Amino acid sequence: MYAFFLPGVVFFVVFAYVPLLGNAAAFQDYSPFLGFRGSPWVGLANFHELFSDPQALAAIRNTLIISLLQVVFAFPAPIALALLLNSLISPRIKRIVQSIVYLPHFIGWVIVISIWQNVLGDTGGVNQLFSHVGMSTAHLMTDASTFKGLLTAQVIWKETGWGTIIFFAAISHISTDLYEAAVVDGAGPWRRTWHITLPGIANVIALLLILRMGDVLTVGFEQILLQQNAVGNDAAQVVDTFVYYNGVLGGNWGLATAAGIFKGVVGTVLVVVANRTAKRFGTSGVF
Amino acid sequence: MAEVYRTGRRAELPAWRERPSAGTQFAKALVIAVIVTVMLYPFLYVVASSFATPAAANSGGLLPTSFSLDAYRSIFAGDVVTRALLVSVGVTVAGTVLSVLFTVSTAYGLSRTKDVPGSKAALYLILLTMLFGAGIIPQYLLIRNLGLVDSYWSLILPGMVSAFNLVVVRNFFMDIPAELLESARIDGAGELRILLRIVLPLSRAVIAVIALFYAVGYWNNFFNAMLYLNDSTKWPMPQVLNEYVLQGGQLSTVTDLHQAAPPSQTVQMAVVVIATVPILAVYPFAQRYFTKGVLTGAIKG
Repeated sequence: MYAFFLPGVVFFVVFAYVPLLGNAAAFQDYSPFLGFRGSPWVGLANFHELFSDPQALAAIRNTLIISLLQVVFAFPAPIALALLLNSLISPRIKRIVQSIVYLPHFIGWVIVISIWQNVLGDTGGVNQLFSHVGMSTAHLMTDASTFKGLLTAQVIWKETGWGTIIFFAAISHISTDLYEAAVVDGAGPWRRTWHITLPGIANVIALLLILRMGDVLTVGFEQILLQQNAVGNDAAQVVDTFVYYNGVLGGNWGLATAAGIFKGVVGTVLVVVANRTAKRFGTSGVF
Repeated sequence: MAEVYRTGRRAELPAWRERPSAGTQFAKALVIAVIVTVMLYPFLYVVASSFATPAAANSGGLLPTSFSLDAYRSIFAGDVVTRALLVSVGVTVAGTVLSVLFTVSTAYGLSRTKDVPGSKAALYLILLTMLFGAGIIPQYLLIRNLGLVDSYWSLILPGMVSAFNLVVVRNFFMDIPAELLESARIDGAGELRILLRIVLPLSRAVIAVIALFYAVGYWNNFFNAMLYLNDSTKWPMPQVLNEYVLQGGQLSTVTDLHQAAPPSQTVQMAVVVIATVPILAVYPFAQRYFTKGVLTGAIKG
């Protein structure tokens, strides 16, 4: 049996645990030519630089706003869609709609944004229609002021369908006796949704929300990077892109690693806090 | 659950599945129609535009309706997209095979933690990685220190085994009745034989699903190639898409096309279609397994 799992364990040690040591660069004036052993140690200087860098602070602010938008709008979307699809009587229509809404999950961000660009861009289909009826061009894909909303809309388009799966699973575990009893008591569909279905999936919602807190500073790195040139850094610089530009491209390895650690620590702390809060409100947490 | 009312006649519906009023039905149908349109229209538009003639591409209708293969011809006349397709297919096939091999083998090795001392610790070591990531820079430095920059391995190794998929497969393996494996063992079958002859044939559904997940992951991966491949001749499809569709590079400047130039937007859409078709091709086959495979993992994991 050891021969079966040892290669896998080695893989995780090398590609998940060894890089953790690389975080040492956050406390160094790291240079790839000197390596971890040769680079001078600088204590917390990188963190000082990070928190006094207006660009870093702007990136953190952008990240938090985008994250908030996504928790408020993108997070509940699959719940609503799952409830709607669950209320359909025809299993055939339900299956067809499911296959359609799952699809974009499997399309990579590069393709998704290319498609959006071609439909909503300045010369895209929608704007051609606009100009046809005499309206002015709407810069939907390049307007910095609405960029955060655009990101949220893209996430909703791509992931809402796939997100319903876990809620379907939760709904299918609710005992049908409850619904039967509710009908006998004269509860209509809305009341049954409110008093049976939603409480029945509350634990799953809480669990996903807690896990989502861990990603509060993780907002679609690829998605944003691909569109950053179009809208500019003021609106589109987030923590991950800041790390990428300053580290991989800029060679400021120490600062970039420090930003990465900050992100990780904030995520972990928020998961723990959210978990406690959830338990206080009577739902079971993740741990 | 769907089986309960599959027969679908009004009288056979359970009481809590009463037919809604005409107004509610209409509202639901409308919402569903809007959702389906919003999901599908962009795909249709892109496909239609990729086949459009120059005149029709900018006509401003809902969908261009003319038909021309010029865009595809000009793309395949150059070597940029062709080469990127080869790279993408190669990495996807090799990566998926390796991923499935490692995932299945590890999941099987860890599926009987009670009998195998030390395997429980190994399992927790792997599960723990779901809770943290080392960060972009340490990942990059690792690949660089391993000498994998500009190597195709940099597209495969970093995400080769997913802890989540591993848990899904392991849960599936653990559901196989122990007596079945026990009797094979009594008959003298080795572990490898048991895995190949008994466990795998029973696990086709879950393996199809994780193979699809891995394949789609490799096909779509933009991040690794962006970080680790400086040499643009090694680029897979997502890089090429980004360069020529999103960042507005001209395909013709890199290839030696004698372009009788179909409009660049048409060419761009054709590239998008070429990158999407493989996903659309495998999607229906794996789709029926989704709920099964994903659910077992999600609920227990």
